[in-house]
Amino acid sequence: MRTRGNNIFKGIDWILVLSYLVLIFIGWINIYSATITEDVLPLLNFETEYGKQLIWIGLSFPLILIILTIDSKFYERYSSLIYLTSMLSLLLLFPLGKNINGATSWYNLGGVFSLQPSEFAKAATALAIAKLVSDKSFNLQKLNTQLQSFTVLFIPAILITLQPDPGSALVYTAFIFVLYREGLPFYHITIGFISIALFLATLYFGSNYVLYTISGIFVVLLIYLSVKREKAFKRNWLKIIGLFVLISIYIFSVNYVFNEVFQQRHRDRFNIVLGKSDDVKSIGYNSDQAISTIVSGGLTGKGFLEGERTQGEFVPEQQTDYIFTVVGEEWGFLGSSAVILIFALFCLRILFVAERQKSKFSRVYGYSIATIFFTHFAVNIGMVIGILPTIGIPLPFFSYGGSGLWGFTVLLFIFIKLDANRSYEW
Amino acid sequence: MKRAGLLSILIVFIGVIFIARLFYLQVLNPPETDLLRNNPSIKVKFDYPERGYIYDRNGNLLVANQLSYDIMVIPREVKPLDTLEFCSLLKITKEEFKIKFERAYKYSTRIPSTFVAQVSKDDYAYLQEKMHRFKGFYIQKRSLREYPVRSASNVLGYISEVNEAMINKNPYYQLGELIGTAGIEKTYETTLRGTKGVKFIQRDRFNKEIGPYRNGSKDTTAIPGNDVTLTIDSQLQKYGEQLMINKRGGIVALEPSTGEILALVSTPTYDPNLMVGRERSKNFTKLYLDTINKPLLDRGLQAQYPPGSPFKILTALAALEEGVITKHTTVSCFGSYRYGATSSMACHCDVYGGGINLNKGMYRSCNSYFANAYRKSIEKYPTAEEGMNVWSDHIKSFGLGNYLNNDLSVGQKGLVPDGDFYNQWYPNVRWQATYNISNAIGQGEILTTPIQLANMTATVANRGFYYTPHIVKNIKGKEIDERFVTKRVTTVNQSHFEPVIDGLFNVFENPRGTAAGSRVNGIAICGKTGTAENPHGQDHSIFIAFAPKDNPKIAIAVFVENGYWGSRWAGPIATLMIEQYLNGETSRAYLEKRMFEGSLELEYLKQLKEETELEN
Repeated sequence: MRTRGNNIFKGIDWILVLSYLVLIFIGWINIYSATITEDVLPLLNFETEYGKQLIWIGLSFPLILIILTIDSKFYERYSSLIYLTSMLSLLLLFPLGKNINGATSWYNLGGVFSLQPSEFAKAATALAIAKLVSDKSFNLQKLNTQLQSFTVLFIPAILITLQPDPGSALVYTAFIFVLYREGLPFYHITIGFISIALFLATLYFGSNYVLYTISGIFVVLLIYLSVKREKAFKRNWLKIIGLFVLISIYIFSVNYVFNEVFQQRHRDRFNIVLGKSDDVKSIGYNSDQAISTIVSGGLTGKGFLEGERTQGEFVPEQQTDYIFTVVGEEWGFLGSSAVILIFALFCLRILFVAERQKSKFSRVYGYSIATIFFTHFAVNIGMVIGILPTIGIPLPFFSYGGSGLWGFTVLLFIFIKLDANRSYEW
Repeated sequence: MKRAGLLSILIVFIGVIFIARLFYLQVLNPPETDLLRNNPSIKVKFDYPERGYIYDRNGNLLVANQLSYDIMVIPREVKPLDTLEFCSLLKITKEEFKIKFERAYKYSTRIPSTFVAQVSKDDYAYLQEKMHRFKGFYIQKRSLREYPVRSASNVLGYISEVNEAMINKNPYYQLGELIGTAGIEKTYETTLRGTKGVKFIQRDRFNKEIGPYRNGSKDTTAIPGNDVTLTIDSQLQKYGEQLMINKRGGIVALEPSTGEILALVSTPTYDPNLMVGRERSKNFTKLYLDTINKPLLDRGLQAQYPPGSPFKILTALAALEEGVITKHTTVSCFGSYRYGATSSMACHCDVYGGGINLNKGMYRSCNSYFANAYRKSIEKYPTAEEGMNVWSDHIKSFGLGNYLNNDLSVGQKGLVPDGDFYNQWYPNVRWQATYNISNAIGQGEILTTPIQLANMTATVANRGFYYTPHIVKNIKGKEIDERFVTKRVTTVNQSHFEPVIDGLFNVFENPRGTAAGSRVNGIAICGKTGTAENPHGQDHSIFIAFAPKDNPKIAIAVFVENGYWGSRWAGPIATLMIEQYLNGETSRAYLEKRMFEGSLELEYLKQLKEETELEN
């Protein structure tokens, strides 16, 4: 046992801190490029978005110090309270929130600053899940336990979807990886992937074709079993037919939801990515501009502040959800793949650090935030480079927005703090 | 620890996919990302070439260009403006302004679209001074069509603004551009149009133009449209249109030795200048909605009628080829042709006696003679089906029963029945030649368009071959299509034509010939009258002819709807056309006057009344 020193930086994983600083720096550079105006203004100002972002970055350092100063036991002990507070803050949005771009996701803090509680809910949920899973009586093989953990995830997901901000809610589904890591049976993930595959196939080929194919597969399966494996057939034929009925119902409901429940803009987004419709002028404008902007970067990029499309402000929402297009245009293939590498290594590093934790709480928390960062990274960049439909979700440390930056900072540094204490706690 | 690996693998996997995708986008530069067009930092300017002129066969100018000025708009560059003043300048209402602007905005905020098309020259001069005050609007010069000769609108066609369906089909076009939508303008669109030039201009991030993009290396220059010379003789065309005034129908005149169309008249017609300028859409709607006169229907190409008696020529030729008659074969006729115990077909040849040979049958147009010939042709074979198929092939070799595959934008197949056709018609009966004996005289199931009939006439004039009728004589810098210089030979031997042509000659020369009254001194015309029964009303007046008998220069088919009988309208019109073409003038002023002034409008009105009463 080493003695506990007063140095709050002791035991810190400097690789993670360095990655954080690098990502913040690159992110800000690109926000600067995306939002620079004709007038020359000082870097620190409230008029421009790059100025505001710089202030948020500056303010995140005191925040980091506070996080590191707080005793690491605090996070575990009070995780339930933190979770409840966070959920309350989401709930109170409905009467008190401020509506921006059609979503009531912000608290107005007066002046030009507003706060988005859903960005902090991720950290709160990660803590709650870690707490839940690290309980000694916790066993994911049990249905009861499974339901408990799903409830913890569903509450923020539903509250955020209702804002409505379905993109941000998507993150909570990714927690399934965390639960899997901690013993959730694999078939949950299998079912998840099969549902997604069937969903996409139904949209792409139409419900009838998918249904025909599935029927064909089942008929072949039944014939095979009845001829070659008579015993297995007798035992299982009812189950197989039941499964078939379930799948058919699912396909029909996907068809129904897509055509009757989804709004046209949602359908359009899917159709564009699936290549079923191709409209560069109105609905597909964002993604088309984003891809063209990335393409125009070429191998080495146009150079800092030299991107024609970036400087011409041709990509809507470029400083937030489409910030990666700036990297693509101004830094080219080299720059953008470097960013992807940094992100991937960053996520892998978190996983590595998580796996070396002795405390289950720290490990699960680490695993949770790796999942959260990874989901944001994969969905955001996947959307920008045109392999996923348009889903509004920020790129961590890159996208403009104070709440987002602080939310991700809190998420990461709680983990760094937990990790720093790994050798002499518990 | 196995479970811990899943997410790591997924991270690596996604990272690899993303980098691969970026490599594809940024390094391989896939073709579907057209950087120049979709790049808002590059302004695309089009340079429209002048559309080609159209001349007639003698070098007379038929279609030329006049300059026009379009007001264009780029919605995103529009700044708040004094709409009241702007609207009064452009002579539009505020509501129109709103609709037009929204339409342009919906199309694209960055790509220019036409705001007001075809402003007059006077307005342009005035507008030019004021235009700079309205940001986002500018004037684009374009050339419009002009028709110095007010005829042949059905041949020339017209150009109109592309619609969105056309743009989707052919990305060359952009909203507000013009495209040939009928006639020559349509079939020779790419030839006449040329290729527009494109200039890419680099803009800086404040949207200022700073010079050509990459020093103009991606720019293309406009390629001017080619002039087209038609086979039409504009004088003959105009003369035909005058003859057909107040009558519905069509005239098609061909040069037999080449297949060139000398005249293609369809009436009622319209002034081609109606299809130009700001009044265009109003005029077009009016013509389009005239479902009684159908001025936009090219009757010479699209109207399908039973050919009537001129078809007897083919009946005779098929029978001669099959060897079932010779020119000496005779029949007797007593006012009808009997085929079976109770069935008979009336005949108006007024011969009442025997000894009708091919020649006489032709110039008296004896139904009995050709019914006999037809029946023998079919009955030569063991089954009627076989006979019908052989006969059908002979007829089709004259270009009937299918599209001619020419360079005209519209057409109809017509109908020549074969064995299969009647098998379906009489599914449970063993049908025979007598079931469809009226085919012999061009009545029955047979349908032809005037141009098919003219082509048939030309084929007879040529004694057994034709060139596909076509409208373009030459295009500057290009030879005409090979299909128009390919000789198409019929299945009937050349030797069988002369006796038939002698009969056609006697239609004029014999005092009892059905068109003896239309005989022209000094021109050896061969022809055939026709009167086609019409279930909707009065018979159609039909006439086909070619001249001179030897070395023919013109073959013609004339159709006058509800014109009673062949020699009443179609005959005189056909011979006047021939005379005009061969001699450059006509010798029969009285006949010409009667044709110019004769009208069938009352007949049409009567028929319309009957039809509407029937419906009520």
